Amino acid sequence: MSDQKKGVSRRKVIKTGAAGIIGAGVAPMVFTRGAWAQEFRNNPTGSEVTFGLNVPQTGAYADEGADELRAYELAVKHINGEGDGGMLNTMQPLSLQGNGINGKKLAYVTGDTQTKSDAARDSARRMIERDGAIMITGGSSSGVAVAVQSLCQEMGIIFMAGLTHSNDTTGKDKRRYGFRHFFNTHMSGAALAPVLSAEYGNERKAYHLTADYNWGWSQEGSLIDSTEALGWETTAAVRTPLGAGDFSQYITPVLNSGADVLILNHYGRDMVNSLTQAVQFGLRDRQQNGKNFEIVVPLFSRLMAQGAGENIKGILGSTNWNWSLQDAGSQAFVKSFGAEYGFPPSQAAHTCYVQALLYADACQRAGTFYPPEVIRALEGFKFDGMGNGPTEYRAEDHQCFKDVLVVRGNQNPTSEFDLLEVIQEVPRAQVEYDAAIFGGELGPYEVS
Amino acid sequence: MDAILVQFLNGLDKGGAYALIALGLTLVFGTLGVVNFAHGALFMLGSFCAVAFRKLLLLERIELSETELSPWGTALEIRTPYVNEIFGAYGDVLIDWSVPISILVAIPIMLLIGIAMERGLIKHFYKRPHAEQILVTFGLAIVLGEIIKTIFGANPIPQPMPEVLRGTADIGVLFGMAENAVTYPWWRMIYFLFSLSLIGAVFAFLRFTTFGMVVRAGMADREMVGLLGVDIDRRFTIVFGIAAVVAGLAGVMYTPILPPVNTLGMDFLVLSFVVVVVGGMGSLPGAVAAGFLLGILQSFASLPEVKAIIPGIDQVIIYLVAVVILLVRPRGLLGKSGVMEN
Repeated sequence: MSDQKKGVSRRKVIKTGAAGIIGAGVAPMVFTRGAWAQEFRNNPTGSEVTFGLNVPQTGAYADEGADELRAYELAVKHINGEGDGGMLNTMQPLSLQGNGINGKKLAYVTGDTQTKSDAARDSARRMIERDGAIMITGGSSSGVAVAVQSLCQEMGIIFMAGLTHSNDTTGKDKRRYGFRHFFNTHMSGAALAPVLSAEYGNERKAYHLTADYNWGWSQEGSLIDSTEALGWETTAAVRTPLGAGDFSQYITPVLNSGADVLILNHYGRDMVNSLTQAVQFGLRDRQQNGKNFEIVVPLFSRLMAQGAGENIKGILGSTNWNWSLQDAGSQAFVKSFGAEYGFPPSQAAHTCYVQALLYADACQRAGTFYPPEVIRALEGFKFDGMGNGPTEYRAEDHQCFKDVLVVRGNQNPTSEFDLLEVIQEVPRAQVEYDAAIFGGELGPYEVS
Repeated sequence: MDAILVQFLNGLDKGGAYALIALGLTLVFGTLGVVNFAHGALFMLGSFCAVAFRKLLLLERIELSETELSPWGTALEIRTPYVNEIFGAYGDVLIDWSVPISILVAIPIMLLIGIAMERGLIKHFYKRPHAEQILVTFGLAIVLGEIIKTIFGANPIPQPMPEVLRGTADIGVLFGMAENAVTYPWWRMIYFLFSLSLIGAVFAFLRFTTFGMVVRAGMADREMVGLLGVDIDRRFTIVFGIAAVVAGLAGVMYTPILPPVNTLGMDFLVLSFVVVVVGGMGSLPGAVAAGFLLGILQSFASLPEVKAIIPGIDQVIIYLVAVVILLVRPRGLLGKSGVMEN
């Protein structure tokens, strides 16, 4: 007679139950990342996922916005496996497979920022609430970037900034849900200073004309810091109203100020107008303190340079990217963009295209669209093959670190697009800084 | 002394632009009684006459190279300007002098635009309240700006001045100062002289021609002139066209100073309206005097020494002066009684 009992023992029930619980409940979380399917805003449940492209379609930066939109449309094509693939052929490491993101086809909706913070927030909110955008991206202004980034943090939607150059975007106003690929004014100053020293020497008197808003102050501060560190003296820093048009009344005092360098902390139309007028007033033909008078434009844009015409020739500045770069990533993008539209992309187009790809790739890597996981996938992400050499999305402030270009207005352009000559690719190490110097708090991963 | 002289010169050339726009604005108000907020758009349209003319001169025959490729892998475009094919080396001269030559193109175009604007839209609002006139003309200005943006884009389009007129003049030497102590761009001085000439021509036209005499009579008493059998409405339509030409020519010559963009009109509109109010609504000499006065004051207010004492004064000086003048002289500097007082 056996002591063995027939039937189901208590131990067996517990074992089987435990295995069942593990099998049914936990295993999917282990083997399919993201399969916990948290409820989060705009979790894409159908066959498509939607990006919200928030770019200036009207207002002063409408042309730049149009170029951003072209780049996004190209990125969407490439992510969906259409076209020649562009930078997907060069990006390393790469998780995207050319079939959308996480098996879903990528679609997009657009909004008009008008380069106004309120309008930009409204259009972002509309794309999130009405169109179900999983991510918001784009813009051509730091004011807009900071405003939209803050909204996105509140709504739990990731914001991949477009063209924004103020330190504040990833400094005091940084947000966990905001990421910037574009460089900033601190990096411009750090990249430009050695070149200014080599070209113009260390005994210079600088006169700043500064657009009187957030970005202008940031640019002025960074340039004063970096040039004074060289030994330059700041003669005056004069604030000019945004969109002043005629800057002559601000330029004429420069003539008698004793300064021998004019630094124009202007962007867009302000840069076009102030530079044009400064050249007309003969500043570049002057001799001051026994030296040639020089003009510096710390932030250059090829689109804006076209507006300044030949006045830009020989002027030094910095830029995030230029279509003439010869690395494989840049060339792949230029070829793709040029074949599609018939002209080369701007730096705004480049940064937007890269941002779209980076976000998509992060989702693919994370295996989910759940924002905290995507954020973690982007934080500290190191990549290459997208222009500007090896790049890192620094986890501490969500600022991309890469080589910065110092450029000079081309003396002998070969075409209407060949306006900037890259004179130095300043290594990333030279423009890196401690994330703590600009303060700010990223905030939480989880938002309610 | 040198800083004062250079700011004074700057004020004169800024004032020239303000005076020219304000002159047309007040001329329309004085004749038709219309507050035309689309007047700044006429300045902008004039500047785009210069842009369009230059673009016409730069039209190119494009051939695709069979051997060379563009940096993005498509066939390289080989461009040859038609103007060089037609005029040879003179084509380059035409391109170099495109801005001054555009004046000849802009006169008939702006005259037609002015007349079309008045006949097509503004005449329907003569008897409406000024508020409605302002709304409809402001709307028209926005529409015109958007049309220009659709055609030419939103970026400024540079218009170089003729090669020979680039550079600066050594004004300081004329006042016994050291060499290069006070220099001023040739083109800006030309603009100042141009504005004086245009203002003089408008005044002479109104003062010494029969047409001008009738218009002045109509400005003084429209009904009486009408009763004398004169078709004053037709003349006033032409005056509107002349005002459009004045604003347009001011815009053409301003293009080398400020690269044209679709918002150019709006940039000048509010300022010009203040100039008209300070000068006295409907007063032509008032508009000119106020234009130069405010231009000079704005220039001096932008000196760093002045801004150090009163920060931001450069941005409010014009409005501050307008308030003071209207408090002391409610009709403006040279305004007449009965204008906009009912």
